[in-house]
Amino acid sequence: MEIIMIVLAAILFATGVYNILQKQLLRIVIGTVLISHGAHLFILTMGKLKRGAPPVEVYGVTEYADPLPQALILTSIVISFGVTSFLLVLAYRAYKLNQTDNMEKMRGSEHE
Amino acid sequence: MVYAVFAPLIFAILIPFLSRIKQRIHTGWLILPVPLLIFIYFLQFVGANFETKMQSTTWIPTLNISLDFYLDGLSLLFALLISGIGTLVVLYSIYYLNKEEQLGHFYTYLYIFMASMLGVVLSDNVFVLYTFWEFTSLSSFLLIGYWHHREKSRYGALKSMLITVLGGFSLLGGLILLTIETGTTSIREMVAMTDVIINSEYFIAILIFLLLGAFTKSAQFPFHIWLPDAMEAPTPVSAYLHSATMVKAGIYLMARFSPIFNEVPLFFILLSIFGLVTLAWASYMAVRQTDLKGILAFSTISQLGMIMAMLGFGTTYGVFAAVFHILNHATFKGSLFMVAGIVDHETGTRDIRRLGGLMTFMPISATLAVFGTFSMAGVPLPFLNGFYSKEMFFQSSLGLEGSGTFVEGLITAIPIIAVVGSIFTFIYSMYLFFGTFRGGYKEDQLPTKPHEAPIMMLVPPAILVLGVIVIGLFPNIFNNALITHSADAIYGDTVTKDIKYWHGLDSRAFQMSLAVVVLGVVLYLTKDKWSKIYSVLPGSLSLNRVYDWIVEKIESVSNKITTSYMTGSLRLYMMLILTAIILMTAGTLLYSGGMNFNTVDLAPITAQEVIVAIVMAIAAIGTTVARNRIAAILILGVVGYGLAILFVMYSAPDLALTQLIVETVTVVLFLLCFYHLPNLSSEGQSVAKTGSNILVSIGYGLLMFVIGISAYNSRFAETISSYFMENTYEEGGGHNAVNVILVDFRGIDTLFEVAVLFGAALGIYAMIKLRSNKGAK
Repeated sequence: MEIIMIVLAAILFATGVYNILQKQLLRIVIGTVLISHGAHLFILTMGKLKRGAPPVEVYGVTEYADPLPQALILTSIVISFGVTSFLLVLAYRAYKLNQTDNMEKMRGSEHE
Repeated sequence: MVYAVFAPLIFAILIPFLSRIKQRIHTGWLILPVPLLIFIYFLQFVGANFETKMQSTTWIPTLNISLDFYLDGLSLLFALLISGIGTLVVLYSIYYLNKEEQLGHFYTYLYIFMASMLGVVLSDNVFVLYTFWEFTSLSSFLLIGYWHHREKSRYGALKSMLITVLGGFSLLGGLILLTIETGTTSIREMVAMTDVIINSEYFIAILIFLLLGAFTKSAQFPFHIWLPDAMEAPTPVSAYLHSATMVKAGIYLMARFSPIFNEVPLFFILLSIFGLVTLAWASYMAVRQTDLKGILAFSTISQLGMIMAMLGFGTTYGVFAAVFHILNHATFKGSLFMVAGIVDHETGTRDIRRLGGLMTFMPISATLAVFGTFSMAGVPLPFLNGFYSKEMFFQSSLGLEGSGTFVEGLITAIPIIAVVGSIFTFIYSMYLFFGTFRGGYKEDQLPTKPHEAPIMMLVPPAILVLGVIVIGLFPNIFNNALITHSADAIYGDTVTKDIKYWHGLDSRAFQMSLAVVVLGVVLYLTKDKWSKIYSVLPGSLSLNRVYDWIVEKIESVSNKITTSYMTGSLRLYMMLILTAIILMTAGTLLYSGGMNFNTVDLAPITAQEVIVAIVMAIAAIGTTVARNRIAAILILGVVGYGLAILFVMYSAPDLALTQLIVETVTVVLFLLCFYHLPNLSSEGQSVAKTGSNILVSIGYGLLMFVIGISAYNSRFAETISSYFMENTYEEGGGHNAVNVILVDFRGIDTLFEVAVLFGAALGIYAMIKLRSNKGAK
């Protein structure tokens, strides 16, 4: 099962990278979201899958899933959400100011 | 000694305050006693029974660097030259610079230079020596650019800075290698470990590095080009730095280290070849100059080459002659620069084509110039010290010993090159004197009417000329008290030599001297006929053009390189970053054999998960091909919700919950934004770009796949999660391990994750609400 998940994560990375290499701002934001999904899945997979119950102590259960990767992913989800929302508003503002969402046209001034 | 070195520095701090009162008294008078006192201090050591002295002050003990000052004959000679000529130059500058100039700057730079030059010649610690060495470069840069409003001053200052600092860095490299090889930072201890250095595998590198440092500083061919341009400095600076002291720092360095290198044939070969080429080329070029200071600059270069060559000979006679010539050159060249400055000052021009017949107007200057130029030319008169040096130079160039075809050929060629160089020296010396002071007086060409300089301005060159005559008349006075000690220090053994005026008619050296004079006179009188040769050689082969070309190319090529990849295209940067990641990581994996494709310890495969995975994969690929922005956003949502379902399946309820909420909010945000953004399909990319994008994306995906498989199959230790599960309740007081980790075991993470959210929220608010007037729409 882990191999399938790794393949899925790899697909997410690949599509995310492809989106980032595009010109439109919206695609770039979509790419970052895909990459963070891929990373989260990656972390979870590396911590072994399907080894026991959810990590909430219940009497009688001895086998639990690894709680540490889950805590890490939780933190990461929140952070990537913050970054994504910031990026979206940035894209919105950039479009409003420059009247373009084409990255090739956003060059700044010549002598920066 | 420590006080002697640092006294000028301390006074340099005071100079800006002293220069405030320059309306009443010239700043130079106030600080004149400093070099004079240093000179008197060093004078007390002169004597037949001289003993070396050592003083040490701690500086950086952990790096074995301390301010060790060591006074031996060589240091003493240089210290006397620096402080003595320094005194005269300050005196001269009082009359040369008027009170409207920025005197505070001038004397501050000059005193920094004086202190660092004293530091160079007195340091025993190589790193202290290097520190002072760079300070001389720096203060020389400031002094050359003293009239910084002139374009040529800035050009000359920059040029000298680039070349001498290039050599300085190379010197540092050599000194570091020496320190590593010998394990000491003291020059004297290095000299004692000559065998270690000569047998070191880095020996060639050490030698080349040190030579490069010395050649750039002492203006040896082909690094001599900065010196003529440094003539844009005020004349006292040219007299002091660029004839008597700084340009001899490289000579000093070679002299100081020659006990180590003396026995090495390569040292002899390199030093004699470069020294003689410098001697011949610079004296040849000096004849062509029309500027008084230009002639003197090339003359200095040529004389430095002569000294360098004599050091390279490494014989007792050669070393002795080199030391003697250091002293002689400082006397006559200093006086000549001062006279050139006086001529410039009193007539308003230094162009020798416009000068002439000044003897009647400036008799004293002319008299001083006679001694200077004739001594420089080596005219055989018993009261000119330059003659002795030249004679000893010829003598030392004869009878060298060595083995090997190349060395023997070189030994045969040395006296011939020496004579040729000296003939040109004779020609430019005569040209300098007769062109300025004799011939027709060109009244209409001079900016001001010439007259004799103020008497005090003539005192410093007069003192130097007095030195010329005294050394010329009684050479052996200085010999026992000063020069032999110095030569001993260089040679590492006792050298005793008497200076004889009359070598006898059958002496080869005397015959060479006569040949120089005869041929020199003939060539000087026919100068107009053969001077066309300069349009053939150097013609267009000027080394200055090479320098300019290099500087220009460095600038334009690096500019081209930068603009070639810093195009401003985000896509290109991403491509470069990703390609670098892929290549380097994959390379490391292949190189270190890190790939590991076992299939042990895998969880069982179930149908539901595979279906979810397939849906997610299709959705992910769908985002890349979607031409409709709303479709892209919605299928992105499919990926997110699919991930949440996977979290459920893999026993991660908290993750699933958070992922669902976050995904929902994200999709909402996307939808809010998409309303304002244009459609995706509006602009496409070229086929080539799309192709490379696909290639990089797939490459990156493959890389992550390989890393994932390999990492999963190479575990080095068990997880620490059993600790969390066991202590969740006992230590944390909760049952949900994930939550306890988040707020208890690893609470700091959460604190800053909250800070990130807070920051993002503030940023979003600021972006929407705050607008500069310029950007408002």
